[in-house]
Amino acid sequence: MTNLERTEVRIPTILRPYTKGEKVVGASGTTVSEIISSLESDFPGLADRLLEKGELRRFINIYINDEDVRFMGSLEAPVKNGDSITILPAVAGGQM
Amino acid sequence: MTRYESLEDSLGHTPLIGLPKLAPAVADGAPAVRLWIKMEDRNPTGSIKDRTALFMVDAAEKSGQLQPGATILEPTSGNTGISLAMVAKVRGYKLVCVMPENTSVERRQLLEMWGARIIFSPAAGGSNEAVRVAKAIASENPDWVFLYQYGNVANTRAHYETTGPEIFQDLPSVTHFVAGLGTTGTLMGAGHYLREQNSQIAVIAAEPRYGELVYGLRNIDEGFIPELYDPSVITRRFSVGAEDSVRRVKQLLEVEGIFAGISTGAILHAALGVAQECVRDGVGADIVFVLCDAGWKYLSTGIYASDGDADSLEGQLWA
Repeated sequence: MTNLERTEVRIPTILRPYTKGEKVVGASGTTVSEIISSLESDFPGLADRLLEKGELRRFINIYINDEDVRFMGSLEAPVKNGDSITILPAVAGGQM
Repeated sequence: MTRYESLEDSLGHTPLIGLPKLAPAVADGAPAVRLWIKMEDRNPTGSIKDRTALFMVDAAEKSGQLQPGATILEPTSGNTGISLAMVAKVRGYKLVCVMPENTSVERRQLLEMWGARIIFSPAAGGSNEAVRVAKAIASENPDWVFLYQYGNVANTRAHYETTGPEIFQDLPSVTHFVAGLGTTGTLMGAGHYLREQNSQIAVIAAEPRYGELVYGLRNIDEGFIPELYDPSVITRRFSVGAEDSVRRVKQLLEVEGIFAGISTGAILHAALGVAQECVRDGVGADIVFVLCDAGWKYLSTGIYASDGDADSLEGQLWA
């Protein structure tokens, strides 16, 4: 992949200490798993905040174009050129 | 039957209304993709939460947890509190609500009007903070009755016994059910019921994506997943931002004349996304989505004004 094909990844406030405060960073990969590996090589320590025992952490949600990857194959969910990825902590929300 | 003995008895049986102009066009000869909206504003206090509130109070009375004159405690962003306040007034309970301070002024006024006492939780952290504060208050006041909609199975049961059956009875050909994800009660209850009738029905969650303030946890372990949540009931889950929600709420008003609250915009956005996929794949669909409440309680946000946009929702809990 060239730099032009890097996928945009939105980083939540709580994880920005790992990205030197950057809100949006680039990563390469064709699956969520590969994207996380790519993030880890640029921002060491980040993968450990997202994964636990090889699975997504319970309170971490990752979305590809606003869709939750847990319903798309989780770490094996495919990432295509032009997709955007958002990482968010799971919080109470919505109508309550 | 449209005659009821009391306000409480008029719960549910809300209309399911077709949206022929909003549904996407299909090619000649292709099966229709239809959209249907479940009008939950036609409940006693004007929101889907009347179902949750009545079922939770009934269950707590039945189990003996709720005694005459008792004080009920609940974290809420507005609708559940308003529903509980109505039930509390009619049945003689007191109500204390824990509500994030970044909610619209109408919701405070309505709660106070029905006699609820409000304890505000900090804006940062949003509903997470309201839940945390309510849990702390509950442990300090063991004589108060903490119904706790996020973990109360009566919340799910309300939708399993009412919302789900109403939809299936009105539209047995339903293929998709789209609802908001907050306590998860609507999706768990109605979704579970619908999939029992037809396992092919897709159950789709739309959760609001707020501004950064709401995700301001100190630690990732402070995250929150409602105790009621069972991901196996859900087929797909979307996160919808304020901009898309506001755009869809205006589109619903403009195209079909329906005045909905902002969270309904998020749900419609997910429903339309699914509808467009069905059109692309050439499959017919009857997509039902939930109107949680009407727009009255959100007028002060300014989003319904002709120049109103999602910017005015920054930092607010709009769903």
